[in-house]
Amino acid sequence: MEIDRTLGWLQATPVAKAISENEILFPWIESVHVLAIVLVVGTISIVDLRLLGVASLDRAVSRLIRDVLPYTWGAFVIAAVTGSLMFSSDAVHYAHNFFFRGKLVLLALAGLNMAIFHLVGIGDVARWGKTQQTPLAAKAAAAVSLLVWVTVVAFGRGIGFTMH
Amino acid sequence: MNPTFAKSLNAICVWIDQTALSQAIQVTNWVVPAVQTIHILAIAVVASSALMIDLRLIGVFWADRPIKEVSSRFLPLVWWPLLILFATGAIMIISEPARSLKNPAFQLKMMLLVAALIVTGLFQFFQRRDAAFGDLRPRPRAAAVTIAIVSMLLWSAIIFAGRWIAYYA
Repeated sequence: MEIDRTLGWLQATPVAKAISENEILFPWIESVHVLAIVLVVGTISIVDLRLLGVASLDRAVSRLIRDVLPYTWGAFVIAAVTGSLMFSSDAVHYAHNFFFRGKLVLLALAGLNMAIFHLVGIGDVARWGKTQQTPLAAKAAAAVSLLVWVTVVAFGRGIGFTMH
Repeated sequence: MNPTFAKSLNAICVWIDQTALSQAIQVTNWVVPAVQTIHILAIAVVASSALMIDLRLIGVFWADRPIKEVSSRFLPLVWWPLLILFATGAIMIISEPARSLKNPAFQLKMMLLVAALIVTGLFQFFQRRDAAFGDLRPRPRAAAVTIAIVSMLLWSAIIFAGRWIAYYA
């Protein structure tokens, strides 16, 4: 397949070869990846629990999002970069791995869920965001987010148990 | 390592390995990845909660609120998930005792964990003695910032050591 040729080229690049041939590079990158994803999931759940009306109720929603999400995004960028580096080291195999493919789909779902919430679900957040009661659309988006991120972690572990 | 200690550690590993529970987990291949997933999710709660407190101590998160409010929101989420972490950690140890108990990365992780819990306890001790401990105002903040930096380094190192258990096995 055409895509396999591209992936074959990717895993032959000097950076990818260095990661696959060096014994300690991969574990170091993987450790940073775990640290980053742990912070993505943990910080995003602070926002999700607020949207569900469970915690941080004394903070306005838009304010809390401004407080917390920069850390989530920072950690996400680190997770994406380290994830791409690990992927490059064995690109063809990862691309054919069920859990890797599933994880990409789940990440797309997380992005879609967030986009829908910000574009149509968030509504008049300046009004409802100050109250403890949150609208159904916000609760739904938060529940989907929590569920998707929990599954992302599970699929990530699934990759580890099926790749080597 | 002290030879007597190494010998008894070995005996403990062999004993755990032969228990019915250990054998049952070893032949069920979904248990360990499922338990690891729960373990990582609990770490997500602990590490992120600790990070929020540490960032507040440094003064870059929720700086408009007293530290006491920030810690009453997040400190319980540093302590309570530890129960889940010990339970899931125990299942992983039972499934492959030698891989963890005899593993230098695991041993380091446990020492770092004790250190992180001591630092967290120290913060609570300071806060109990002075409810406004570390709050942004003209007072020495060196202790608060030091606790925050050490705490962030320790939790990161715990996560790193946890991942390295797989590579020292």
